[in-house]
Amino acid sequence: MNQADTAWMLVATALVLLMTPALAFFYGGLVRSKNALNTMMMSFVALGGVGLAWALLGYSLAFAPGTPFIGGTGMALLSGVGLDVKGTLPHVLFFCYQGTFAIITAALISGAIVERMRFGPYLVFLMLWTVVVYAPVAHWVWGGGFLASVGALDFAGGTVVHVNAGVAALVAASTLGPRKDFARQAFLPHNVPFTLLGAGLLWFGWFGFNAGSALGANDSAALAFATTMLAPAATLLVWTVLDLWRTGRATAVGGATGIVVGLVAITPAAGYVSPMGAIVLGALAAFPSYFALIFRARTRLDDSLDVVAAHGLGGAFGAILTGVFANRAWNGTADGLITGHPAQVVAQAEAVLAVIAYSGVLTFVLLKLIGRAVPLRANLADEGMGMDVSQHGEEAYGAGEGAILVLPDRRVRPRSSPPSEGGAS
Amino acid sequence: MKLVIAVIRPDRLTAVLEELYRADVQGLTISRVQGHGGEREHVETYRGTTVKMELSEKVRLEIGVSNHFVEPTVQAVIRGARTGSVGDGKIFVVPVEKIYRIRTGEEDQAAVTPVGVPTHT
Repeated sequence: MNQADTAWMLVATALVLLMTPALAFFYGGLVRSKNALNTMMMSFVALGGVGLAWALLGYSLAFAPGTPFIGGTGMALLSGVGLDVKGTLPHVLFFCYQGTFAIITAALISGAIVERMRFGPYLVFLMLWTVVVYAPVAHWVWGGGFLASVGALDFAGGTVVHVNAGVAALVAASTLGPRKDFARQAFLPHNVPFTLLGAGLLWFGWFGFNAGSALGANDSAALAFATTMLAPAATLLVWTVLDLWRTGRATAVGGATGIVVGLVAITPAAGYVSPMGAIVLGALAAFPSYFALIFRARTRLDDSLDVVAAHGLGGAFGAILTGVFANRAWNGTADGLITGHPAQVVAQAEAVLAVIAYSGVLTFVLLKLIGRAVPLRANLADEGMGMDVSQHGEEAYGAGEGAILVLPDRRVRPRSSPPSEGGAS
Repeated sequence: MKLVIAVIRPDRLTAVLEELYRADVQGLTISRVQGHGGEREHVETYRGTTVKMELSEKVRLEIGVSNHFVEPTVQAVIRGARTGSVGDGKIFVVPVEKIYRIRTGEEDQAAVTPVGVPTHT
């Protein structure tokens, strides 16, 4: 065991875990106030549901020895996940670190189905998705599966996390259908400062996500740290300039989105490209997502918080660009198109396509199966009243007026003055 | 001249505005209010404290109209706001003594007639 590596990875694990509450703020700010708690809870509940699904079965299917397509069940219920060394880390720490990835990946999908999906079926879906979709895909890339043998580069999970969640989001949004009043009424963000706070905390946590994916306190981590700082900076600037060029105004929601897109795009490339390469990559990554967002708003696809454009497209584009900008002088393992190894781009594309196909089909099957057993969507009255009250029995911004205490030992206290006929309606 | 006051469900507002637009009713004021009209209360729980929320969020529309516009306005609101369950709201039509348009000082009928539309009498 290497103590420096262990110290860094303890911190990195906590940083990545913080990304899920950060995502809750990012998403929570973007929805209407009547759905704020529900949207934030969709991220928070992943900390519990996905955390356990990962511990009980997911981790084993991803990292226990198995076939090229899926790991074995040898480490189910955490058997054999102890204080022995894995790489240079205690095995149990490696398990925790990977668990934080599973949690944030599943939570990302919620952006596509907020403001309408019932909470219970959502939780069931998340836990099943972690075991059935996330764990095998993580195995393909990091657990010794077939994508690793194809030679596809994915430093911190561009395909495993972002393409995977983006495709699941696309399928989930189209399976559930659009929100009530979609395309009739504008749905405006209720708290843009929350969204900025979320974007800032995501960036902070992403240093653990990318630099931590070096799995040690070493030069690879330092490179990933630098690229994680530079690529989103370039994306943010280009996004802002695009905003100014198109509308004459630099928007805050646009800035927050630009940061996330840059972070998504650099994820697969973080430890493989030079710092200057990261700047170019980040700048280029702004374009497809920026125009995809504008295009999506004109379609019937209610991917409510644009998970597909930001994570699916940003992740796929980043994965391909990793094959373009990878530089052996910096990473010591693989060159990309620019440094004379065009075949890397093909390997990257194979990885993206494999994840799109698998995640797309299995997400659809899972949602259809759960939809057979229980309704996935809230009914129109509940959706109209807001998911906070209908799903959680709480309000994000309740005024507390007219609240009558229900005492545990008695029935509801009688009203002191019943509303008179023709009174307030 | 009448003042049409409607109290409706917040999530029916878009539909009501659309119906009013189709009925050529322009110019209205809305406010967020809380009220109770006999609908089932919803229950909320905060850390073991359970409360019944007696007051529901509502939106109140106020529309000043000339007499012949009262019926189309009321019908438009009903078309947009009705869901069929208790809690759809109420419409009150009250007489108005005087109306002034601040910009021009126009009074009464002229003050509630949109710009560019000949005044009906």
